[in-house]
Amino acid sequence: MLAIALRGSKTLGSKLTSSIVVRRCAATAPKEGRRWLQISTTNSNMDFSIAGQAKEGRSAFLDNQSTTAMDPRVLDAMMPLLTWQYGNPHSRSHHYGWEAEELVEEARGHVAKLIGADAKEIVFTSGATECNNMAVKGVARFYGAKKKHIITTQTEHKCVLDSCRVLQNEGFEITYLPVQANGLINLDTLRAAIRPDTALVSVMAVNNEIGVIQPMVEIGKICRENKVFFHSDIAQAAGKIDVNVNEWNLDLASISGHKIYGPKGVGALYIRRRPRVRIEPIISGGGQERGLRSGTVPAPLAVGLGAAARIALEERERDYAHAKRLSEKMYKAVMQRVPHVTLNGDPESRYPGNLNLSFAYVEGESLLMALKEVAVSSGSACTSASLEPSYVLRALGVDEDMAHTSIRFGIGRFTTEEEIDYAVNLVEKHVHRLREMSPLWEMVQEGIDIKKIEWVAH
Amino acid sequence: SKSDVLHLYRNLLRNSKKFCNYNFREYFLRRTKEDFKCHKNESDPSKVQQLLEKARQDLVVISRQATLSQMYAADR
Repeated sequence: MLAIALRGSKTLGSKLTSSIVVRRCAATAPKEGRRWLQISTTNSNMDFSIAGQAKEGRSAFLDNQSTTAMDPRVLDAMMPLLTWQYGNPHSRSHHYGWEAEELVEEARGHVAKLIGADAKEIVFTSGATECNNMAVKGVARFYGAKKKHIITTQTEHKCVLDSCRVLQNEGFEITYLPVQANGLINLDTLRAAIRPDTALVSVMAVNNEIGVIQPMVEIGKICRENKVFFHSDIAQAAGKIDVNVNEWNLDLASISGHKIYGPKGVGALYIRRRPRVRIEPIISGGGQERGLRSGTVPAPLAVGLGAAARIALEERERDYAHAKRLSEKMYKAVMQRVPHVTLNGDPESRYPGNLNLSFAYVEGESLLMALKEVAVSSGSACTSASLEPSYVLRALGVDEDMAHTSIRFGIGRFTTEEEIDYAVNLVEKHVHRLREMSPLWEMVQEGIDIKKIEWVAH
Repeated sequence: SKSDVLHLYRNLLRNSKKFCNYNFREYFLRRTKEDFKCHKNESDPSKVQQLLEKARQDLVVISRQATLSQMYAADR
């Protein structure tokens, strides 16, 4: 059975025609009855087809939240260690070890300087995921005899949420703080959630999907007043915005190498020394990194992270201004040329290099596919294989249909103005094209409120 | 001297242009131009020396990495 109002030569996606019946209320019944059931199959695909239009060459990379290109200057710092300086930084008996140790310690200093910490407070790990696991599980397990409660937010990265889930199975209680519609947590809700047995509050600084910046100074103050440890996943913040562990009162912080134009496979965890924060290590072994993270430090990667941190500190203001300029340009152009677009997350408190837009009445996956010449994502890379809408956007209270149509544009150090112009043109073209073949769009044009339609699957 | 600075500037631009990767090429061109433009009126001699030293170090890195990029040239 099929009862759908459509103008002549248009085909629907097969999914829609076969599974959905649109019941239109009497008040909006069409005046021209003959349009009903008129679904032409002749030659209708031609206008919408983009077959063969894809351009040759590599696409423009606008997914700088998933990862960033490694800066050539970082590779330059790593090359000696990848070739002839192959010593184990923990070898104390020969020159190979000494020189590797010296370079690793220098890198540690650069990482510390980036976040205003002391080199002794930095532990090298395999990445931000390991850092988050170490911080959340480590603090919980060390202080677990007396403190059984952890607070985090609903919009955290999966590795924090999943670590919390593991702890729940170990008998800990977790509070997942809701966020407001702009993606920021409510400080009063946080204050109310803190209990005498709360061990840790974990709130990410810059959200990886929507780019909002949480009120870190205020959260840090609340945590310090209540003598609760404060951990933050600053993978998306370090090197992009001004991060200072003392201003924010951070006790633990997770950094990732490949989000700051460094190599993949390395990260760093900041652990405060004064007042001392203790964690139970996850990895046991040779006692490297003060016993907190055993295993040989990958000297080339650590040096790469150090170089990336050094460059990030030097270039931060320039990078920020560049990202801001391009992001504002893109936002303005898209809003001007494409109707029914919304920005997800707070418009003010955000890192400009992350532009998460929802295009109403367009299927997000189709748009992603159509934007073949720009590499973008609908959300985090971890979940980009699934068609589920982003849990971050759901936590913001974004409607399911809008959450399905979100696209995250990531602007970084190496993004050019030309790429932004190109992306805007493509977005305009394809959003228009996809809307033209959407029956929903047509109903909107006719003034029907989509939300009032009763969808029946059969 | 002025001609030394100009020489260094041209050298940086020339080597930046050698990057096979479009984004790296554009970035180092933009960065070099911005750097020299923004410090054009620097009068403190020790600061000038410091900036020139940094630029010389950058030139070594950029020329080395640009050459390397040509060895692993992909499309674009």
